[in-house]
Amino acid sequence: MNASWFAIAAVAAPMIAAVAVALVGWRRGTAVGSVAAAAVVLGCGIALGPSVLHRHLFAVDHVLRADAMTAVMLLVIGTVSTLATWASIGYLDTELARSHTTPARARQYGVLVNIFIAAMTLAVLANNLGVTWVAVEATTISTAFLVGHHRTRASLEATWKYVIICSVGIALAFLGTVVLYFASLHTGHGTIGALDIDSLTEHAAQLNPAVTRLAAGLLLLGYGTKVGLAPFHTWLADAHSQAPAPVSALMSGVLLSVALSVLLRIKSVIDVALGPAFLRIGLLTVGLLTLIVAAALLIAQRDYKRMLAYSSLEHMGFLAVAAAAGTELALAAALLHVLAHGLGKSVLFISAGHLQLAHGSTSIADVTAVLRRCPILGVSLAGGLIAILGLPPFALFASEIGIARGTAGAHLAVPLGIALALMVIAFAALTRHGIAMLFGQPVANAPTLAVSRSAAVPLLVGLGALVVLGVTTGPLTALLRAAASLLGGHS
Amino acid sequence: MTSPGFTTALDLAAGALLLLAVLIVWRRGLRGMVTLLGVQGAALGLIPILTGAHTGDALLIGVGAGVLVLRALVIPGLLVRLLAGDIPPRETAASVNTTASLLAAALLTILAFAASRSLVALEPTAAVRAAPMGLAVVLLGIFVLVTRRRALSQVVGFLLCDNGITAVAFLLTAGVPLVVELGASLDVLLAVIVLQILGGRMRVKFGGTHLDELRELHE
Repeated sequence: MNASWFAIAAVAAPMIAAVAVALVGWRRGTAVGSVAAAAVVLGCGIALGPSVLHRHLFAVDHVLRADAMTAVMLLVIGTVSTLATWASIGYLDTELARSHTTPARARQYGVLVNIFIAAMTLAVLANNLGVTWVAVEATTISTAFLVGHHRTRASLEATWKYVIICSVGIALAFLGTVVLYFASLHTGHGTIGALDIDSLTEHAAQLNPAVTRLAAGLLLLGYGTKVGLAPFHTWLADAHSQAPAPVSALMSGVLLSVALSVLLRIKSVIDVALGPAFLRIGLLTVGLLTLIVAAALLIAQRDYKRMLAYSSLEHMGFLAVAAAAGTELALAAALLHVLAHGLGKSVLFISAGHLQLAHGSTSIADVTAVLRRCPILGVSLAGGLIAILGLPPFALFASEIGIARGTAGAHLAVPLGIALALMVIAFAALTRHGIAMLFGQPVANAPTLAVSRSAAVPLLVGLGALVVLGVTTGPLTALLRAAASLLGGHS
Repeated sequence: MTSPGFTTALDLAAGALLLLAVLIVWRRGLRGMVTLLGVQGAALGLIPILTGAHTGDALLIGVGAGVLVLRALVIPGLLVRLLAGDIPPRETAASVNTTASLLAAALLTILAFAASRSLVALEPTAAVRAAPMGLAVVLLGIFVLVTRRRALSQVVGFLLCDNGITAVAFLLTAGVPLVVELGASLDVLLAVIVLQILGGRMRVKFGGTHLDELRELHE
């Protein structure tokens, strides 16, 4: 079988699942089908890996393009989507059983989640930056009603802010794309392929610097909004806290990093045209600003879903610093970090979903003694927190050390020091809130916490994968290195 | 290749785009804002039609006609439905008054011209010389978005921003590739539909589309 078919299958599988849910509704069969479609995305990432290690390939007449970076991102999307769609089954079952939602809304949920996943795979597979933009905007539209799934005042407010802020942010990215296209046309290589990643990379040195600077600024601001980078981060905590837990896992675990991967791709072109200094300063500024916001808002946080959202903000800020460094080690570690953070956040948001369903509240103060009341949920919550805090044996320990070494190697010791200091503040805040939820005295009339065997599987699988990745990245190492060197990583 | 007639027509269309944006910044009546936005959509559609007629590009004329129908008829139609239940249909809580708004509009226009000098320097043709006006519309759109407090005003701000971006795209490069333009137009249409549905739900939940009602989520 030609390897380019895997690229097509990665986009087609979730679309087919979306059509299936649309036709027959959210039933056992279509729900399992959605999990299978997400697993197909993961499978495509695994299958593409070896064949794109040293080259890239095209599908559908150069519309889709797969290389090592694409394979890594398909692994991330596939892994988190499989966990999240799996958790969606139990989540929607519980909501339907309690009449919190209707079969019609469950169908809408199933359709939109699958379209959302397909849009993300298209965003990382598209060869043309314009198509990438369309796909990223499609993620906003498909998730709008997922954030508003509960139809409460708060979720309505979150959806409105999310759609307005992200649409305007992404509109700026479109303006940046147009300006880059203008610059690309003036390299004199014709209109065909002027926005294609390979031709842009090839002719990057001929791009007009002044025009490219304008484009780069707009693209950083625009896609930065979608990554959750300050100053356009305000939608993130609202949307993550109001969305159903599996959707929060998808948004936090992959949507943010898909936008980041687009930014990394663009950076590899811009760096050739303008030299690395221009975007390095931009990324360091927004990265450190994001870390400051995240650390400050984590300290006094009272809502555990918002706490997880700000923790994502913290990780995205740190990844922006890693991207600014741009060494091969920093970028390879950043990609591992993206995968590990996706896994850790999925486990945490899915656990948070169980807590929210039981307590009917997302207040940290309402949830105590989870470890004693429900060992499975306690272990997954504790494990997830330890993982995203960057402690061994989980994979984020390895990736954070890699990023720190790579960043120090790029002579960015001062910004790295500031970033690490801010992360220590976030660490302390998360630890304090985590201990309050895991231990303490159970409240007298606390609801019973129970997780069914099938619902526990995605949690334990996620934690297991994090431990394995923390011990060894195995064959993934070569793929991460190849992706980092594609992104312009120098040693 | 550039004839004086074509240059004048193109400048008129781009100038109308900017003038209508300033009028939207000035006006407070929500219905008036929607009408102005529709007229602006027509001016926007004229840009590719003029360019297409000038260069003999039938496809570009077709794209222009499509843009015109979408931005001058379909989207304003959707907005009028969002407006239906609002009484009184006026922007009553703008955070910046009219005089200051117009002053800001002037400053943003100057900023747009300053920021796009590099574009004109790269290709000093009639079309590219008009592009800064599109960029000014983008900035005015963002200004409307951050200073108005009614749901509809914010959607108008977003669409103003988007009209400006589309104008820049047509003026700089005679349009991005067709597939991208189609995708972008579809995305804008869907975003407006999403916002329209949200506006309807907002009215059901708290009897109006005043965004100051949205204050449950904050730190």
